[in-house]
Amino acid sequence: MTTGILLQIAQTLAAILLAPLLMGWVNQCRAWLQGRSAPPISQPYRTLRKLFQKDAVIAHNASPLFRFAPYMVFACMALAAGIVPTIANDLPFSPAADAIALVGVFALARVFLALAAMDIGTSFGSLGARREMLVAFLAEPALLMVFFTASLISQSTELPVIVQTLAHKEFVIYPSMAFAAVAFWMISVAENARIPVDNPTTHLELTMIHEAMILEYSARHLALIEWAVALKLFTYSALGIALFLPWGIAPQGDLSALPLAVLVLLLKMLLGGTVLSFMEAISAKVRLFRAPEFLGTAFLLGVLGMLIHFLLEV
Amino acid sequence: MTLSLTYHLQVINLLAALLLLISFAMLSQRRIVGLITLFAWQGAALSASTAIVAWSTGQHHLYYSAALTLVLKVIAMPWFFYRLVKKLDVDRDVEPMINIPTTMLIGIVLVIFAFNLAMPISQMSGTVMRSTLGIAMATVLLAFLMMITRSKAIPQVIGFLAMENGLFFAATSATYGMPLVVEMGVALDVLVGVFVLGIFFFQIRETFDSLDLKHMEKLKEK
Repeated sequence: MTTGILLQIAQTLAAILLAPLLMGWVNQCRAWLQGRSAPPISQPYRTLRKLFQKDAVIAHNASPLFRFAPYMVFACMALAAGIVPTIANDLPFSPAADAIALVGVFALARVFLALAAMDIGTSFGSLGARREMLVAFLAEPALLMVFFTASLISQSTELPVIVQTLAHKEFVIYPSMAFAAVAFWMISVAENARIPVDNPTTHLELTMIHEAMILEYSARHLALIEWAVALKLFTYSALGIALFLPWGIAPQGDLSALPLAVLVLLLKMLLGGTVLSFMEAISAKVRLFRAPEFLGTAFLLGVLGMLIHFLLEV
Repeated sequence: MTLSLTYHLQVINLLAALLLLISFAMLSQRRIVGLITLFAWQGAALSASTAIVAWSTGQHHLYYSAALTLVLKVIAMPWFFYRLVKKLDVDRDVEPMINIPTTMLIGIVLVIFAFNLAMPISQMSGTVMRSTLGIAMATVLLAFLMMITRSKAIPQVIGFLAMENGLFFAATSATYGMPLVVEMGVALDVLVGVFVLGIFFFQIRETFDSLDLKHMEKLKEK
């Protein structure tokens, strides 16, 4: 139990500290693929340090909610990072929140961010909040479908049990998981505001979704939100790894597998970041009104995965 | 659970799922060239699954049909279609008659219908891959749906060929394929059909200045 708690703390801290590194790696890869000279991999850390040292400027008509939201968003993402198994499967936190609660935690963060964006009363803020909600309400059911497929296979909605079933029992090919994997990829692209749904580097009012919501934030608040964004990307990557490439995560009570698990995790994250930036480089951002179609397809693939499970795997 | 299934059967199941996935991708594809590429991939998945069935059950004639599928549906026909599209200069976005999200939702309903329909039938069948019969039927129905919702000539022909793919897969999964003579006959028929339709495309375009089959309604007698 004590080792479990220690592992839990270590894993959550590692997620919080490594998240900007993943972001830096993705940015670097993207710059290389676009033929630009890349920023150093530590650039997100430097940005965070710079932002934390600045003085915050807050609009006169901002309510306390506006100040409170960044802390809430960051806390939600840190909690989410603690639920997903990254290096060890022995997590005392996980019975408290299963995969469905995880979707709820993401939703909570999003609600606070959207409320804070509307709080100031600028047109950009409410525009961004509305667009974010449009994307989110389509992405959430699709994400649930992916989790349901994985849960039907492992007979549990708890992530460690799912990982246990997929990675540490006899190896079985699950065709339904292939569908779920494609759906999950599309969902995580939309949820993390990446191309083709949103462009993380744009500030063009016609296209921006996530950036429009956080325009009014500065200094430590902005730093927390940026960190939370990096943490969200990290958590989604960890989730994808746990569901679809779980081999290498240390099984319960096996401490000797830990160093290998850390190494494997880093390799998978590097690979995932490369694939993400490659996919971003070869695809164009779609019109906002095509986003429902994109996410509708993700939902459909999730449902198909479940149907395939009933047909082929029961 | 599937723990009792052997590995090659799991791979067959995976390929069957892939077949269904490609059917949906074809349903959502707007460009004709993308459609042709997807059709080639569907043929490849079909050929691979047939070859694995042949290997795991020792039915040697299935090797021939796998090779036939590979040559005809992965190499010859897509090449022919690519050339046709280039010559006719028709590679533009085609808006289907029903918008794509609605088509996909109808597709899901069709898949559920096909799975339900196939369950009692597949229990009567004695082959190792009987559970994939539902997927084969779903592929047929989805191809049918594509033929209904597209108004252009080339997507309709590709829908027809995808339907043939589904039927072929159904035959393999229910009874280890038809006799070789029948399969050769069907393959030849399809090949000739494609060439004849290719000539038709030119004629249609010459008469109506477009490949949109809606114009054919003009031919009706008043």
